Amino acid sequence: MSETPLRDVFGKALAELGSLNPNVVALDADLAGATRSMYFGEAHPDRFFNVGIAEANMVSIAAGLSTCGKIPYACTFSFLITLRALDQIRSQVCYPHLNVKFVGTNAGISGFGDGATHQEVADLAIMRAMPGMTVVVPSDEVTMRQAVLQSADHVGPFYLRVPRVPAPVLHNPESPFVFGKGIRLREGADVTIVAMGMMVCRAMDAAEQLAGAGIQADVIEIHTLKPIDAELLAASISKTGAVVTAEEHSRYGGLFSAVAEVAGEVKPVPMGHVAIEDRFGESGQYDEIMASCGLTVEHIVAEAEAAAARKR
Amino acid sequence: MTAAIPDVKELEAIAQELRVTIVDMIHKAGSGHAGGSLSMCEILSVLYYAELKVDPKNPRDPRRDRFILSKGHAAPALYAILARKGFFPEEYLWTLRKIGSKLQGHPDMNKVPGIDISSGSLGMGTSFGIGTALGARLNNLPYRTYVVTGCGELDEGQNWEAFMCAAKYKLDNLAVIVDYNRVQLDGTNDEIMPLAALEQKLSAFNWRVIECDGHSVPDLMRALKEARETKGKPTVIVANTVKGKGVSFMEHRHEWHGKEIDDASREKAMKELKGATT
Repeated sequence: MSETPLRDVFGKALAELGSLNPNVVALDADLAGATRSMYFGEAHPDRFFNVGIAEANMVSIAAGLSTCGKIPYACTFSFLITLRALDQIRSQVCYPHLNVKFVGTNAGISGFGDGATHQEVADLAIMRAMPGMTVVVPSDEVTMRQAVLQSADHVGPFYLRVPRVPAPVLHNPESPFVFGKGIRLREGADVTIVAMGMMVCRAMDAAEQLAGAGIQADVIEIHTLKPIDAELLAASISKTGAVVTAEEHSRYGGLFSAVAEVAGEVKPVPMGHVAIEDRFGESGQYDEIMASCGLTVEHIVAEAEAAAARKR
Repeated sequence: MTAAIPDVKELEAIAQELRVTIVDMIHKAGSGHAGGSLSMCEILSVLYYAELKVDPKNPRDPRRDRFILSKGHAAPALYAILARKGFFPEEYLWTLRKIGSKLQGHPDMNKVPGIDISSGSLGMGTSFGIGTALGARLNNLPYRTYVVTGCGELDEGQNWEAFMCAAKYKLDNLAVIVDYNRVQLDGTNDEIMPLAALEQKLSAFNWRVIECDGHSVPDLMRALKEARETKGKPTVIVANTVKGKGVSFMEHRHEWHGKEIDDASREKAMKELKGATT
């Protein structure tokens, strides 16, 4: 288990990116200490703009900067960037397809103690529906750093989901990380488990338990929710004939939906999901809320067993 | 970019010519926003023929002045002046709002040369202008950013976020022109959302505030010159205008914010507009 919260990994990688690329600029809406964009601000004060608690203004300014050859990163909590500034994202960034990066921290329920107002369980559904938006959800410090460093070379609207909390390290720094390409973390022929973000480590634990019960799971990490790696998913689902998704997000519009869209078209198979049902989060410790929302290893195991059983 | 600046009479004639084009465009399109297009014709003729450093042959020149039409529904006016300047062929004008046209109901920067940002959803232009003004500073370029907003769109809170922000960054390379025609879609500003003491409000936000007659070419030129000479803070030019200016039955009428111009209305309007030019 790494002790570094992923928001710190993000903030430090952004500051590093700023040193590598002089066109990178960052904006924050009075949450620089919380999003960790402060690291960028400390390293590159002339390229950092704290615009106050005004997310709409922040996104529009970022759009303007992008037309001057800058690569702006607009940082705030995920609920604020995706909800408070959504018209600006849609009209001034996605419609003209400008090169603006949106960073939503405290994503999912990782703003745990703050409760439902500061958690966001629908950000991915929202951003996925924006035409031309790329949606990236790293799972550990390796993929977070890679995603940040590579994002400056990606052209167009881009959403990066950043948890507040630490995550176990799943990848080694040399393993390839390519936007749009899923990663097969474990081979199996009985059921596919597609996992994203903080649920990837839980999916790996679930696969281990399933193996003990004689069920071999094919575990696929999707870090780029859009555009999704339909090819890898189709191959895995065709092989296993059953699929379960695991995400720290609403069951509506996130990974479950995205995988169902692929499976429904190329290979309809029994499906299960581990996601947040039609509800808000609550205050508590991170793992407590994950459990109360049903986002546990045990839930993945149960869904996988059920989906595999339905094949017969 | 180095063409001689037309004299006042010519700039007035260009504005009137724009009005004729706008009425024809909306008539042909079958829908569109006449009122707010007609109110900003002098603003556009002065900007494009006496103020902005832009080059139709190099519309994305990084050194160009930026123009942001925050009130995107006045697209017919912007299209008319861009065509007149030679950014695109005049034939485009007669495709406004038609399927497959480059001239969308609201401006699309990727379809039309000379448009610096797509617009339509209101209240966002000044914030975008802060971005291009900061971009000038970061890139060490001397260009200026000009934004035209409506008065009705000042109802949107984002404007006031932007007013605070531009003052914080002391953006003296940014000028916002308010097309203050005092009428919005559902009625007058006073009926829908009073803007009273607009100049004092903007002044309290630490902007240089310049009032002018938005239909007087010399007054607009004076205001823009004062804006250019202002140091250490952004400038807002409150341009007093008349919605539907130049067409008597449209003037001050919120009903003409956005509606089709039928054959009879077109004919009546043309008589007035062309009569005024001769």
